[in-house]
Amino acid sequence: MPNDFKTPEEQGHDRLNDRSSKVAASSKGINKEQETLFGRVSRRSFLTNLVAAGGAAGVVATAPPLLAATAAAEPAAEQAAKVPGAIPITLRVNGKEHRLEIEPRVTLLDCLRENLDLPGTKKGCDHGQCGACTVHVNGRRVNSCLSFAMMHGNDEITTVEGLGQPGNLHPMQAAFVEHDGYQCGYCTSGQIMSAVALLKEPCGPSDDDVKHGMYGNICRCGAYPNIVAAVQAVRRQQA
Amino acid sequence: MDAFRYSRADGVAQAVQAGAKSSTAQLGATVRFVAGGTNLVDLMKLNVERPQDVVDINGLPLDKIETLPNGGLRVGALVRNSDLAYDATVQRDYAVLSQALLSGASPQLRNMATTGGNLVQRTRCVYFRDTAHACNKRQPGSGCSAIGGYNRMMAILGTSDKCIASNPSDMNVALTALEATVQIQGPKGERSVPIHELYLLPGQTPERETILEPGDLIISVTLPPVAEGTKSVYLKLRDRAAYEFALASAAVVVNVHGGSIRHVRVALGGVGTRPWRSFEAERALEGKAPEPALFRHAAEAALRDAKPSSENGFKVELSKRCLVRTLTMATRTT
Repeated sequence: MPNDFKTPEEQGHDRLNDRSSKVAASSKGINKEQETLFGRVSRRSFLTNLVAAGGAAGVVATAPPLLAATAAAEPAAEQAAKVPGAIPITLRVNGKEHRLEIEPRVTLLDCLRENLDLPGTKKGCDHGQCGACTVHVNGRRVNSCLSFAMMHGNDEITTVEGLGQPGNLHPMQAAFVEHDGYQCGYCTSGQIMSAVALLKEPCGPSDDDVKHGMYGNICRCGAYPNIVAAVQAVRRQQA
Repeated sequence: MDAFRYSRADGVAQAVQAGAKSSTAQLGATVRFVAGGTNLVDLMKLNVERPQDVVDINGLPLDKIETLPNGGLRVGALVRNSDLAYDATVQRDYAVLSQALLSGASPQLRNMATTGGNLVQRTRCVYFRDTAHACNKRQPGSGCSAIGGYNRMMAILGTSDKCIASNPSDMNVALTALEATVQIQGPKGERSVPIHELYLLPGQTPERETILEPGDLIISVTLPPVAEGTKSVYLKLRDRAAYEFALASAAVVVNVHGGSIRHVRVALGGVGTRPWRSFEAERALEGKAPEPALFRHAAEAALRDAKPSSENGFKVELSKRCLVRTLTMATRTT
């Protein structure tokens, strides 16, 4: 996000983040591969490396066994563990091909998050009732929690990570930031993916029409008015 | 979710052959077809459905909407709900179907769900969906937890002392009013079934929901041609304005000519153990002049045999008013 869109307060916060991530990176010897798309250390990779480095007094001793186990593993990416019943599948996600071996019962959602290290798509209800897991399959919005990854060998899948990058945001991402279209952020990637798809679907001009077009994405924080404002702003831009 | 074998069908014949190996086509099937997955994957996560083999039929050539020589419409079983709802011919000639589809689920779910899958969508009864509870559909003879339990969303028509589970689909109600036929490819060949014969009443065997047998694959739905001047409307009533199943709904297809009802078909949703074709309402309406008192009389006839449970008595009046409103909308000349 270019600095001129930010308040002084926000810019100060960014500088703090940069500083702390640089500190974290240097002290734990974290290399470029563990950085996220945002060029910063994510909580996930930080904790993984914390335990791996055997550092931070007290943390290793109290770390639950699960963390200790993941410490030895590399970031998920294409490293699927050898699981009985796993079969090969090639998935095309955000323009890139991934060869995997996974069980048939792995949902597209879990595959994206756990096997492909794309945790931007969220698991809200896991039953198609909240929309947090919304991704695009061949350009159309779907709930990735109710589909098996196996079913998508011939499909083009787009996740929020493939929509835009910091410094090169999709207009919808930029609009959500500008219009404060989120609070906790958990529904946000699903909202954005849904909104982008809505741009190509029949939808009347009013705010009520947008609400109707977006009703498959629910927001416990109640950011709806700002979400609608963000969507309408993009529709006006593109009109 | 239990582990299962996954395979992709290369053609209809192969799919039918794979499906024929299943012990049953009802609950407990060992082989299931998956298309959109919006109902099957949901139920598999709940361990209500536990197939050993899942056959992916998404590659089959069943995704076209075709106008027929007689003016009717054939809809492939794999046509997505959203594509069907926005089809120009459907919106023009079978508006009730488009309205019904767009009132259901969510945009995401409609992009995944298929015509064939929606036809066999299962009840939303909370006890059916929770294996910790007794359910005669899931386990014959175990009892019905909904009778005397939470039954606000359940049926008041077509129930039995074994089961009161409502059929939740909107599309099916519209197709019933349109007198659609369902084409099924089975191990013994192809057959066509009027939609209101597809579903079974629970009776003493609520585990049997449709007339489908192992290997049966729904390949298309056919809509008859509509006469000039026919109007159709779907009205769905529920607690929220969106993203919820019907408490009561109505699909009406009507043709008024010379001041009287020449042709009318009525189906009710949210209140039946299957999409509820109301022959009683149709008999009351045929040949008469459309007006409020007639509509009310037809609604009374439609709900005469209603048997509410402990928490859904309100549905009797709600369903009547829903039908009256739908008939009013469908016969409005202004």
